[in-house]
Amino acid sequence: MRQLAPIAVFGVAVALLPLFVTSGFLLNAAIMMLYVTLLGLAWNILAGFGGQFSFGHAVFFGTGAYAAAVLQAKLGWNAWATLPAALALGAAVGAFIGALSFRYGLRGSYFALVTLAFAEVFRILANNVDFTGAGVGIMVKLKAGPENFQFATKAGYLYVILAFVLAGLLVCWWLKNSRYGAWLQAVRDNEESAAALGVNVFRVKLGAIALSGALMAAAGVFYAQYFQYIDPGLAYGPGVSIEALLGPIVGGLGTLWGPVLGAVLLQLLGEGTRGLFENAPGLSLMVYGALLVLMVTFMPSGILGVLRRKA
Amino acid sequence: MNSNKKRRQFLINTTALAATAALPLGLRAQANTIKVGVLHPVTGFLAYSGNLSRLGAQMAIDDINKAGGIKALGGAKLQAVLGDAQSKPEIGAAEVEKMNEQGVSAIVGAYASAICLATTQAAAKYNIPHVVDVGVADQIVERGLKNTFRFAPGYKVCADTAMNHLVLLNNLARKPAKSVLIVHEESLFGTGTANLLASQLPHLGFEVKEVIKHANPTRDFNNIVLRVKAANPDIVIPANYYNEYALFVRTMKQQNVAPKAIYSVLGGAASSYKFVKEFSDAANGVLDVNHWFNPKDKRAWALKKRVDALKDQFFTYEVYLNYAAMHLLADAIERAKSTKREDITNALAGSTWDKHFMPYGPTKFVNGQNQGAQPLMMQVLKNDIKVVLPNTFAETEPVFPWKA
Amino acid sequence: MLELSILWPSLLNGLTTGAVYALIALGLTLIYGVLHIINFAHGAALMMALYGVYFLQKSLGIDPYVSIVVMVPAMFAAGYLAYRYVIGVAGHGKDENILLVTLGVAIVLENLALFLWKSDTRTIDTAYTFTTVPLGSAMIALPKLVAFGGAAAAAGVLLLIMRTTDLGRAIRACAKERQGARLVGIDVEHVFAMSFGIGLACLGAAACFLLPAYYVNPLVGNGFVLIAFTIVVLGGMGSFAGALLGGLLIGVVESVGSLWLGESLGQMGIFLIFIAVLLFRPQGLFGARA
Repeated sequence: MRQLAPIAVFGVAVALLPLFVTSGFLLNAAIMMLYVTLLGLAWNILAGFGGQFSFGHAVFFGTGAYAAAVLQAKLGWNAWATLPAALALGAAVGAFIGALSFRYGLRGSYFALVTLAFAEVFRILANNVDFTGAGVGIMVKLKAGPENFQFATKAGYLYVILAFVLAGLLVCWWLKNSRYGAWLQAVRDNEESAAALGVNVFRVKLGAIALSGALMAAAGVFYAQYFQYIDPGLAYGPGVSIEALLGPIVGGLGTLWGPVLGAVLLQLLGEGTRGLFENAPGLSLMVYGALLVLMVTFMPSGILGVLRRKA
Repeated sequence: MNSNKKRRQFLINTTALAATAALPLGLRAQANTIKVGVLHPVTGFLAYSGNLSRLGAQMAIDDINKAGGIKALGGAKLQAVLGDAQSKPEIGAAEVEKMNEQGVSAIVGAYASAICLATTQAAAKYNIPHVVDVGVADQIVERGLKNTFRFAPGYKVCADTAMNHLVLLNNLARKPAKSVLIVHEESLFGTGTANLLASQLPHLGFEVKEVIKHANPTRDFNNIVLRVKAANPDIVIPANYYNEYALFVRTMKQQNVAPKAIYSVLGGAASSYKFVKEFSDAANGVLDVNHWFNPKDKRAWALKKRVDALKDQFFTYEVYLNYAAMHLLADAIERAKSTKREDITNALAGSTWDKHFMPYGPTKFVNGQNQGAQPLMMQVLKNDIKVVLPNTFAETEPVFPWKA
Repeated sequence: MLELSILWPSLLNGLTTGAVYALIALGLTLIYGVLHIINFAHGAALMMALYGVYFLQKSLGIDPYVSIVVMVPAMFAAGYLAYRYVIGVAGHGKDENILLVTLGVAIVLENLALFLWKSDTRTIDTAYTFTTVPLGSAMIALPKLVAFGGAAAAAGVLLLIMRTTDLGRAIRACAKERQGARLVGIDVEHVFAMSFGIGLACLGAAACFLLPAYYVNPLVGNGFVLIAFTIVVLGGMGSFAGALLGGLLIGVVESVGSLWLGESLGQMGIFLIFIAVLLFRPQGLFGARA
């Protein structure tokens, strides 16, 4: 239970932010940090707790984003009503990919590549069917009002994404403290011995990928509502898949706070380097890439690994 | 910049996240400058166009300042606040937030439609006037955002013009062409254009033999060319980006496929001096409907000369559309006699600016779209690009059908 | 929309395009098969090699096919050093870290190219760019036929190295059982770096064969990475013959598949095969069951 207190403190602290910060730039930065945190939390459930590395988490993100956009634009749903549908679809896609991959015993880089391939298949499909708007993409209509999941102020979006992140943190906390979580981590550490102890390895992994997919889909819904336009490349392209895995690895794999720390550090790094060499396009991102390599060199177990060693 | 200053800039950027809230807006602004956001994707997959766009905007700012700045404001100079959208909409939106804190009076940008959709909306929250430089998707100006102004034509106008000119071209030559084949890239501009053409051309008397969609990047065009060969259309209509267009046209030449015309919409050799220079063989004869400057205006040629003098730069629509967009903005600030965003927005909305070298006539915005904006039709003739339609701007007659 | 008259040219076209894919996959299969790492920087390395070929031709007038003698050793050295001093060190032997390092290296290289050479798409013009060779009813571009021969030759040379040299035996030992290899006195880190070097040397050759029919810009490599992985898996990790056959097969599937499904949707055939092979035959179509 003692880990719940930091989550509560974190939630309250972030929730108080709009009372003291009026800068749209800072609030947007906070929102993007929370958004990247959410991607990381989702990825971390499967990779950090379950030991299954995915390179194609965009497949769940895109499914959530498209669910939100398509159900609103084509079927006239209310934006909030699309959220549970998106979560269910994200989980279902997760369960589908998981069922296929885990049934046939894919592990390690094979699993990573199969997720990558699924994301590509979905991207190509989204590009070629009509109801997604194909390559033209799909817009979420401007309809201001909290009842439409569109807010006049940044604070509104901040509270929504904070709620998603808190839900993600609670899920991870539950994984750390529940029997199911113990099973999952046992499977990560050694599948054979976990199976020998009577853990249903297949179902445990399936649960993790569904959970991870649902959380990722929530991030997709948020993206669609915040930026109001998606296309196949934005939704299912490799960019999101990479963004999801960077945070947890930099922060600390399989930990509760790793994705949060990783997201904060990477966003600071991204913001800090972006304007650095504004007259020499490319140099800023070179610095970013080099710092990424240096971070891994000197913090092989992530930020939390360093903090732990110091403690 | 020396390394010390670099480090300081890094600290400024990072601590900005904690500190700008406390920093009064515009504190660093000098009394006699007007900050203008210049926002483009200068890194990532759109970097080529992004950098050319930035070049055009910066050249305009230099020219405006050299000519005495904004005279109604005591010769105040424009100061560019550069932004990099990194080819991602969310980064574009974040850059708008930063520019807002830095106190920009207006923003010019952001090249790609997907990024423009995000940046115009982010700018609208702060009433920052946003001149869209290229962004051909019509949704950009159809959402009722009061701050958004597009000087250039959208893809519906471009596709309509392309169809009208095609009919005109064919009639002038006594209708040698009866069928077309469309090859387009799979994202917004290619698909949108192809959809419009494929639905309209049959009503204009053309049989659409096939519509071939391809991915970005497509590594090999032999298959598509084989299908073009089998379908044997009179006219091939590509709507794709430079890399794919170049591979496609080169492969057509390799496979000896020579339709009566290669007629591009919003991209192609006849609007790219780079392509004409690098592949003069494949380029000759091709037709484009695309953004283009008024060839009868000397100022356009003067600017072209200056761009050509730069190393490895070409006078592309990215350059002159941004050059024009920045001048449009400067004119609005001049008339607004104010650096206030609302005043500039109002001045833009009422703009009748006509001192540009684009073939648009006097500016008139309706719902943020410049009504006179239109593309022109060009053809590569003798290793040079000539405007051939409409007659008001034509430098010479189109050669159609083309005999390779 | 399948017409028999274009089936033959399409098939040949698939084979020659597939040969270029195979060249790129040859390097990857070695790196993947020996080091078991997913190298996200493979596309960026190909891009750098393409720039190398481009500048050799533009500045020194060296024909792309001649520049193989420069590019192969240069890329080998770059690969060896990159593994020895960056990837091997920063990776700490952890999969997730190596992944991040190769990603970081790819970001650095892509933006280095952007910074140095701008984002312009560059092409070279050679006397044979537009030369075609008739094969039955099909006209095949000469550069693609040369690439086909090059891919076969490269696969042959690699096989020879693996079968007949001490280095080849050491590489195979490290691929199978790195602890065991270490115990019998093999310098495993050296062998890994050599493998990485040879992997990139293949890209050096691939770039020479690719550029005459293609282009280079800072992001050009990304279009080949996923397809190279597909081929590696299809052919069986670490198998050169598999990579060659896999490349040809993928080329044909892409080419003929797109006749049925269209160029955009036809790409899906590649990934569906990829998924099916991963699920049902992870040792690869041409590999022996482990």
